Amino acid sequence: MTIVQKLAQQVLQQNTRAIARSISLIENETDSAQKESLLDALHSYCGRAVVWGITGPPGAGKSSLLDRFIGRLRRLNKTVAVIAVDPSSPFSGGAILGDRLRMQKHATDDGVFIRSMASRGHLGGVAGATADAIKVFDTAGFDFVIIETIGVGQTEIEVMELADLVLLVLVPGLGDEIQALKAGVMEIGDIFIINKKDLDGANRLKREVEYVLGLQENCTAKSTPPVCMTSATRDEGIDDTLSVITDYLEKIRGNGQLAARRKDRIEKELRHIASAKIMASAEHFLNIDSRLDSWVEDVFHKKVSPYKLLNRKIGEFLKELHWQ
Amino acid sequence: MSKKIRILIAKPGLDGHDRGAKYVARALKDAGYEVIYTGIRQTPEAIVKTAIQEDVDFIGLSLLSGAHNELFPKVVELLRSRNAGDIIVLGGGVIPEADIPGLKEKGIQAVFTPGTPIRDIIAFIESVKR
Repeated sequence: MTIVQKLAQQVLQQNTRAIARSISLIENETDSAQKESLLDALHSYCGRAVVWGITGPPGAGKSSLLDRFIGRLRRLNKTVAVIAVDPSSPFSGGAILGDRLRMQKHATDDGVFIRSMASRGHLGGVAGATADAIKVFDTAGFDFVIIETIGVGQTEIEVMELADLVLLVLVPGLGDEIQALKAGVMEIGDIFIINKKDLDGANRLKREVEYVLGLQENCTAKSTPPVCMTSATRDEGIDDTLSVITDYLEKIRGNGQLAARRKDRIEKELRHIASAKIMASAEHFLNIDSRLDSWVEDVFHKKVSPYKLLNRKIGEFLKELHWQ
Repeated sequence: MSKKIRILIAKPGLDGHDRGAKYVARALKDAGYEVIYTGIRQTPEAIVKTAIQEDVDFIGLSLLSGAHNELFPKVVELLRSRNAGDIIVLGGGVIPEADIPGLKEKGIQAVFTPGTPIRDIIAFIESVKR
């Protein structure tokens, strides 16, 4: 049995160290062959876990809400894995991963596994390794896998492609309803949560969000997402929100939306792997690294334009393939 | 891509003085490490479980209350009992010189007392990392 096969088997047996090491193997990408055979070994066991995404601006209370949700799910005897993503420094590559600070009371609970993940330069609000890390937790039998994104702005929407449902957490005081009208992150919430509901402006924000979501209704097939009000620190509105989430999951399971969403996810994954692999082998065959310097000179001195140069090179490459 | 070093910075026990721990966390981030920060009042049990879930290479324990002789070795002991004795444990805070040999004997690999330049800590990490 290879090391990776053994690791996969230990993940299936819910061995904590093996789960943690598998995620590191995926994150570090020091050995992509090992990573791929691990994920191959896990593939047939995936698909049981329900995957939530929780996203919103920095300081909206994502971790604190998550802490409450974990508590409720544990009372129902469900096991929960959390992937909490925080940004890496663009300068040093280091990171402070502090999300679990707010969930640390679950640290000694065997039914909860929290893994902090640095974005390592990946844009989109999650890390490059997040999608595959979900599969590790799924294989290990966790009932719920919850992804907490980095604090997002307007365009970090990748969590939509990873989760069965997305909770978008908003707080009062970040702008008027024009902000809520804009494209991007406001469009990816399946359920909206207005946290810090005790603050001034929370009710107004709820009305504005509902108004904007109402405008959307006529132009899309999606029905209007529910808007919940919570206060994570005061532990208010959590049970109501949880029942909204449960109803939503039941609905999308019944009407085929969940399956469609998961197929979408697979399609995106296949496209992503295909383009990464094609890219890598094309780079290798075109020998880009060693030729780049002379190409830069040619383009700089206007001997050739970028499109003309690369169309010619790629044409030559494809011809060569055909002749083989 | 190369392996990233991950470090858990934790404060065991009841002391709430976290300035030193936060300073070290921040400096290690600036040195390019991924630092998991869990805040104050952690039990050795919670620290060890966190370290294993996060698959860290190092644990930095900070304590200013005087309970280091009990709590630091407890962390090492729990790590060993969970088959995670390969995780390197460092100590910091107000630790009397006289206690340091005893702590090292019990598996705390280095102790950094107040005034230690951060580059000494980084040099140590670089010299023992796998």
